[in-house]
Amino acid sequence: MIALGELMREPSPSGRFGEYGGRFVPESLVPACEELDKAFHEAWGDPPFREELDFLLRTYSGRPTPVTECRRLSEMLDIRLLLKREDLNHTGSHKLNNVIGQALLARRMGKSRLVAETGAGQHGVATATAAALFGMECAVYMGAVDVERQALNVFRMKLLGATVHTVESGSRTLKDAINEALREWVGTVETTHYCIGSVMGPHPYPFVVRELQRVVGDEARGQCREILKGDPDVVVACVGGGSNAAGTFAGFVDSGARLIGVEAAGGAAMGHGIPGVVHGMRSKFIQDEAGQILEAHSISAGLDYPGVGPEHAQLGDAGRAEYFEASDDEVLAAFKLLAETEGIIPALEPAHGLAWIVREAGRGIPRGSAVLLTMSGRGDKDVALVMEKMGENS
Amino acid sequence: MSAHEPGRLEARLRERRDAGRKLLVPYVTGGLGDDWVPALEAIAAAGADAIEIGLPFSDPMMDGPTIQEASVRALAAGATPQTILGELVEADAGGVPLVVMTYYNLVARMGHRRMASLLVESGVSGAILPDLPIDEIDPWKTEADATGIETVLLAAPTTPDARLRAIVGKAEGFLYAVGVMGVTGERSSLAASATAIAARCKAITDLPVLVGIGITTPDQAAEVCQVADGVVIGSVVVRRLLDGEGPDGVAKLVASFREALDSHS
Ligand SMILES: Cc1ncc(COP(=O)(O)O)c(C=O)c1O
Repeated sequence: MIALGELMREPSPSGRFGEYGGRFVPESLVPACEELDKAFHEAWGDPPFREELDFLLRTYSGRPTPVTECRRLSEMLDIRLLLKREDLNHTGSHKLNNVIGQALLARRMGKSRLVAETGAGQHGVATATAAALFGMECAVYMGAVDVERQALNVFRMKLLGATVHTVESGSRTLKDAINEALREWVGTVETTHYCIGSVMGPHPYPFVVRELQRVVGDEARGQCREILKGDPDVVVACVGGGSNAAGTFAGFVDSGARLIGVEAAGGAAMGHGIPGVVHGMRSKFIQDEAGQILEAHSISAGLDYPGVGPEHAQLGDAGRAEYFEASDDEVLAAFKLLAETEGIIPALEPAHGLAWIVREAGRGIPRGSAVLLTMSGRGDKDVALVMEKMGENS
Repeated sequence: MSAHEPGRLEARLRERRDAGRKLLVPYVTGGLGDDWVPALEAIAAAGADAIEIGLPFSDPMMDGPTIQEASVRALAAGATPQTILGELVEADAGGVPLVVMTYYNLVARMGHRRMASLLVESGVSGAILPDLPIDEIDPWKTEADATGIETVLLAAPTTPDARLRAIVGKAEGFLYAVGVMGVTGERSSLAASATAIAARCKAITDLPVLVGIGITTPDQAAEVCQVADGVVIGSVVVRRLLDGEGPDGVAKLVASFREALDSHS
């Protein structure tokens, strides 16, 4: 059993978080992963690199993002609800934090092209944005189902100069976009950096992305201390691959706060997954008896993934973080509730976190608790989809 | 060089290579259509030196569109590792060694020991797991070694020299030299990287060195075999099965590769 104090540190040299993680990739990709590992360690300890990253996060991305205390919704739920406002980050989600860091690493490694997968399109938009900023080429793979339901983001990527490849294989969602991005990378690895969008993939990606997202949790910890004069009782984030949750949890893992990850009911790898090895990592995956990966189903393209980042599997086994699910209907209700009570239209992904809070307030969450939710993105991309769903339901 | 006695696959390939023959290893997706076993038997009779059987996986990271399509069809028809290996027990490959190629999750799910034993019971000699690099291979290889399953390893154009030596030190059966940076699929010409990686491998090992990924025509096969000991052909075979050419079609294809390799060696 791992000591809690050892959680969310560096993985082992082979990239293990407990029994999870590792590097399960074709031989062709091994040298690129090793190169990234080396480049990241050098860069992360290099003050000018950190200064440039901080400068861009401040002057380009608009960090630090605020923490907003929800007055009306807090009263309604009888808790103290705070939102970490990643929806106010440039491009509208937490995804840019990771991408700016990886683009700087790509430049440091002499790579002039970025390839990325995307589900909701937020990571694709962030990657296209960084590519434009640094004058790099950018190719984004996106499942056909997601191209249709997140059409606005597809157009944004194109405006930003990226090439968007529609993926027709498998479930035609995030899982298959990752497959296709990896396949492309096997062929282009010498010039191209794979800018993965969450805390997943082969070592060192889960570690790199968590460190690049920890700015969310580190900022929020300080902001909570100012507002609450202490730490929150509960810290909540949605979990697709798990990057906004990992970044948030990293800031609070050594606090007394309960850490809660909320998955989509139709893609709950922490809830129903079995240990396996896919997309370069050992983690938990929804799979059948033979080991075939099953398709996830969620209204939220960003959480429509049958796996989860390996560090979450470890945090769950260790009992330091707890993982729950929210259904599509609960999520739509939470989406509407936040808009009406606080004037904030959330992305469908963090609406999962809110749905869990609404369900548990006064039950699993005692009255009067201070609850921090990472509002990982804004809902503009989802408005058309929600309009359609509400039309159907009314 | 392998430390221990070569297994059946390696012994057969070495013997034929040492006799001056260029080696031909075609691939078929297990469970693809009703006649994949007759296709395999026809391939054996048409001059294959070993045959790779793919156990289809839902997320085949190293495969291009042709083998993806074959995997989708086989899975939709209900193929599992057990059904495919079960059918192999009845197959008559005329003594041609069989090698399973699949992704690691199917092995991890079944359990290393159970998979290795099942392969032995099905008459399979070796295994290729392209998403299991040497750094992660020990848990599998321990069980494979214990049952006598030979683990074929891949060497890529990007593999540095020191790592290539480490791969060669663990490889059994043959060394699978990845001919091109990319996934499986047909290519109109032979990549320069194919001959280059074959030469790098040949320079440091006595194991048979076979080039695979992208080998599409008999001429390409003959060309790369000026350096390599043989070739693996996959998508070009599977496409014929997808197109409904059946056992006769693939037998003809394999015979054409056989002829090209024999007339150049
Ligand atoms: C706003 C938002 N939140 C969360 C996610 C899920 O990703 P992760 O679990 O890596 O934070 C996405 C992914 O597209 C997203 O767009």
